[in-house]
Amino acid sequence: MIQSEFHHAIQIDEAKCVGCIHCMRVCPTEAIRIREGKAMIIQERCIDCGQCMRACPAKAFYIKQNDLKMLQDFKYRIALFPAVMIGQFPDKISEEQIYQAMISMGFTHLMEVEQPIKLLVDLTREYLQADQVTKPCISAFCPAVVRLIQIKYPSLVDNILPVKAPHDLAAHFILQTLLSQGVKKEEIGIFYITPCAAKIAAVKSPVGEQPSMVNGIISMSDFYNKVRQSIPREEIGDTSQQRQHLTREGILWSTSRGESSRFGNRAIAIDGIHSVVKFLDRLENDEVKGFDFLEMRACDQSCAGGILLTGNRFTTTERLEQRSKKYPTYQEHQLVSNINTKDLTNNLLIDEIKPHNVFRLDDDIAKAMEKMNKAQRIICFLPGIDCGACGAPNCQALAEDMVQGKAKMSDCVFLQQRWENEGKIGTGKAFLNLEKKWGEGRFNADCNKRGRRNEGF
Amino acid sequence: MIELKFNIEGGDFDRAGTASSETKKVLKQLNIDPRVIKRTVVALYEGEVNIAAHAFRGEVIVSVSDHQIQAILKDEGPGIPDISQAMLEGFSTASSKVREMGFGAGMGLPNMKKNADQLQVESVPGSGTTVKMIFNF
Repeated sequence: MIQSEFHHAIQIDEAKCVGCIHCMRVCPTEAIRIREGKAMIIQERCIDCGQCMRACPAKAFYIKQNDLKMLQDFKYRIALFPAVMIGQFPDKISEEQIYQAMISMGFTHLMEVEQPIKLLVDLTREYLQADQVTKPCISAFCPAVVRLIQIKYPSLVDNILPVKAPHDLAAHFILQTLLSQGVKKEEIGIFYITPCAAKIAAVKSPVGEQPSMVNGIISMSDFYNKVRQSIPREEIGDTSQQRQHLTREGILWSTSRGESSRFGNRAIAIDGIHSVVKFLDRLENDEVKGFDFLEMRACDQSCAGGILLTGNRFTTTERLEQRSKKYPTYQEHQLVSNINTKDLTNNLLIDEIKPHNVFRLDDDIAKAMEKMNKAQRIICFLPGIDCGACGAPNCQALAEDMVQGKAKMSDCVFLQQRWENEGKIGTGKAFLNLEKKWGEGRFNADCNKRGRRNEGF
Repeated sequence: MIELKFNIEGGDFDRAGTASSETKKVLKQLNIDPRVIKRTVVALYEGEVNIAAHAFRGEVIVSVSDHQIQAILKDEGPGIPDISQAMLEGFSTASSKVREMGFGAGMGLPNMKKNADQLQVESVPGSGTTVKMIFNF
């Protein structure tokens, strides 16, 4: 397999994987196969959108994260987190209480990433007005969408707006602020509380950029539980100075229409990875014309629907809407800071986003054609049921795997059945083939099998 | 050599786009330059919409060789009485119904010409039109 250029956050716990096909079915890039009864990810195709994680009934997918014990290594401990973190708490827990709980866990600075959003808005507006931009501009906010475009829609990479996401802005902002106060860089530990897997991948290996500025990554689902346990009974003290740069637009930035409502005369917001795929398909055909700006997010309800969120995505969005009303708009907000904002915005441009077509059958066009012709002949023999029992998501994918030498004809259970009927293969051999694919003993009767006892399959 | 064949029904805007989308998928798998793919699918889509907007039925045949893509769009329909006029930007004979659907801006053939390396239009009024396009890579 070709070495992947990307860092990936999503992992499979083989001990938990029960070898069903839920993940393989929902993957928008056909990046999952079942081998020997376990799911495996084709790394170069994975965009870390998290659909597999959401679909898995056995909770076998997990993300790599750092331990909070790492906090002890730093004098200044910063929690970077998106506003959706606050939105997912029930109404009875106040914003102040959530902030206090986080400080009691050992952080010295709390930085909601969407502050100070004005810098990002201005920079984006400037770009949209430039003459040489390819319209419609697609926001680089959602890293899963950026990677999807890189691997599946190479001709659209020029449409990606080369302005980084709020977490980059916030990381630079807090770092510069502390450095300007005379703090040494090695004393600062920045921890990103992530709402999804794609953001981890983006923070760890940013698109066309220098090494990450973040020292640790914490999953928002684990973090939420810890914060819930640390919520003080009553409000004590005042933490409002920790969010002095927060604005109405900032709070709503990661919800649907958070960006599109700010930019261009004609802008669209699309959420949900499968909707994004359909729209990009049309965009590539030039079927949609006349738009200036496209906000595209992999999760339904954008980041409020992030896979690592505990709260319901609709109530999270509503709480953020209510909360935003208490804050000034970004135009009303006065950015008081002793750091040079010009330096800051210079750091917010993405160098270059390269296409990386992973769906090619071969680098050489003639060989690719030969493989495609072969795959088309193989398709004639496959049933077209797209059942997934071969370990590939559909018949077409199986045929393509075959021409790449990664699967064989006997992987198709129907074809094998036909061969048995024609006396070309013995029943014993056919059964062994199935066990090899799905694991030894897989087909024995088992009343404790996962899924039997209302486990949400 | 790879050959792809699609049928298009007149008036079926819902399905117009199928040939270009399917072709695009195949061209990506063949590792063809994204810029050539873009030009091909844009021109092909315009052609598909033309058939859906004007003709009764049509057929699209795309063949890919090691150095070029050839697309032939053949329809049974009213034909084009004056081809040079049809090649002008903004000239359109589309019905008001078609225009209401957001098509028929008179950019179809000009856009195909812009994107293809070679464009050849033959038409017999009252019988049908055949458009041949070549894209080199």
